[in-house]
Amino acid sequence: MSGILVVIEQRPGKPANAQIARISWEALAAAERLGPPASVTAVVLGANTESAASEVAARAQGEVIRVEHPLLAPYAAEAFIASLHQLIQSEAPTYVVLPHTYQVRDYAPAIAARFGQVLIGDVTAITSAENQPPIFTRQLMQGRLNGNYRPTGSGPCFVSVQAGAFPAVTAPDATQAAISTFTPAIDAAQIRTRPGAPFRAAAQAVDLSAAQIIVSVGRGIRAEENIPIVQELATALGAELAASRPICDSGWLPLDRQVGSSGQTVAPKLYIAAGISGAIQHLVGMKASQCIVAINRDPSAPIFEVADYGIVGDLMEVVPALTEAVKAAKQ
Amino acid sequence: MKIIVAIKQVPDRDAPVHIDAAGKWIEEADLEYTLNEPDAYALEEALQLRDLHGGEVIVLSAGPDRVATTIREALAKGADRGLHILADDLASRDAFGVASLLAAVIKQENPDLILTGLQSEDLGLGQTGVIVAELLGLPHATLILHVEKTDTGIEVKRELEEGWFQTIQLPTPAVLTIQSGGSKLRYATLMGIKRAKMKEVKQLAAADLAPAAAPTVVLEQLSLPTKKISTQMLTGTPKEVAATLVEKLRTEAHVL
Repeated sequence: MSGILVVIEQRPGKPANAQIARISWEALAAAERLGPPASVTAVVLGANTESAASEVAARAQGEVIRVEHPLLAPYAAEAFIASLHQLIQSEAPTYVVLPHTYQVRDYAPAIAARFGQVLIGDVTAITSAENQPPIFTRQLMQGRLNGNYRPTGSGPCFVSVQAGAFPAVTAPDATQAAISTFTPAIDAAQIRTRPGAPFRAAAQAVDLSAAQIIVSVGRGIRAEENIPIVQELATALGAELAASRPICDSGWLPLDRQVGSSGQTVAPKLYIAAGISGAIQHLVGMKASQCIVAINRDPSAPIFEVADYGIVGDLMEVVPALTEAVKAAKQ
Repeated sequence: MKIIVAIKQVPDRDAPVHIDAAGKWIEEADLEYTLNEPDAYALEEALQLRDLHGGEVIVLSAGPDRVATTIREALAKGADRGLHILADDLASRDAFGVASLLAAVIKQENPDLILTGLQSEDLGLGQTGVIVAELLGLPHATLILHVEKTDTGIEVKRELEEGWFQTIQLPTPAVLTIQSGGSKLRYATLMGIKRAKMKEVKQLAAADLAPAAAPTVVLEQLSLPTKKISTQMLTGTPKEVAATLVEKLRTEAHVL
């Protein structure tokens, strides 16, 4: 066994030279830390992968394999699992690196299990000492802890990497990597699920991405009847009110005010996170903000890791005081 | 419809996180435990399906004695009976090992549908449901917000990234991992709590289900994350920190 496979995820419906999701370039960068870049083989799966494969070949230093079959588009877990299983058996890599996307979360644990292995998922760092197997770091307890994991299995080691954790690879030179095609043996009877076309929910009434200032509220608010406390701060600041997922899940604020991986991505001048602990799903939606203020009772809350200003305290006390201070400053 | 909901007991979200002396897990002595939130949504979806179409909801959980309280909580919300895989060694099993235990019990019960939360709030692996499907040879779908019964199986609403969704049809039996927020969670009523005491909870020994195989992934060391940027922590009374913050936002950060 040798070599590293990295599975490249595409973005359907994008123009010919932008079909590769950014996180795939990051996965390629992570794979190149596990061995010589020439030993990294990039894998593109689909029904018509020619242009995606050539986009990958411009940046990959090793080879590119097109896993091509009419049943590989649209995505269905069983088709991906069967095809990648056959490819991995044939290539016998030491590592299989994937981007930690919703799609990968849907099929990668099953492929690893088929080899008797466990995926090391959502990896944020890879550390390797000489002559030692690498250590993979991932977050636990909603981002409050880091855990170092060591693979001890005998089969291929499966790793998926978190968005933004590794700098994306750029085109190394003008040479194009060699492209080959692998045709998996799959048939329609194997695929028991019937996926429908993607659709959006009702048009979003609020475009948070245009806001200069956002006051965002999380579980720390404790009850729906406390929402006016943060609304008053937002009004005083001329800000939009937003929320983390649990607040929208509970129906305390509408879904179109949700910030995070399943909601909107924002980058205002000022983002005030009140009572938000800062799980990665929220952080990816707001960490590009110019200035971040975090108010939280828990001093170990991960939101403080991205904040410029932090206040450890109960938002029920701090936010009204802040509203008064903002009003006073504006007079 | 016979539905099994695999649930996990996890440390309470507000529980203090202190790394233990061995550096491999957190201090458990002062921890309070609760039902993993995505699993609560899986249970809710199962209860709604049963209320509409009839059948039975069985909650399944693996762990030490303390897990019994979380199983009772699910029974109080309306689940019909419980299955408790007694295991004190879960930390030494990886996701494959835990999924093997669950799959062994599910196979004996032969349900129409298996639901679980999309991930746990402590380890956050997000793999158990998918591995269970693989071990049982069943179709699966993840990140599901809503389930409807059809003539041939089920139709589910799956969350995609960036506000997109998708509908998927699956034959049953199938495994689904449930995303939070698909429906409103119910609370246990007083009557529910009373009834739960009478409901059956069967205990099963982990050793009889699946042998503890050597894990293929080992958690070696826990650590506290290091700050990537220097955060200015403001201290004082609420009034004092509010005044300081407004001043800094105006004169230092220039954002007000």
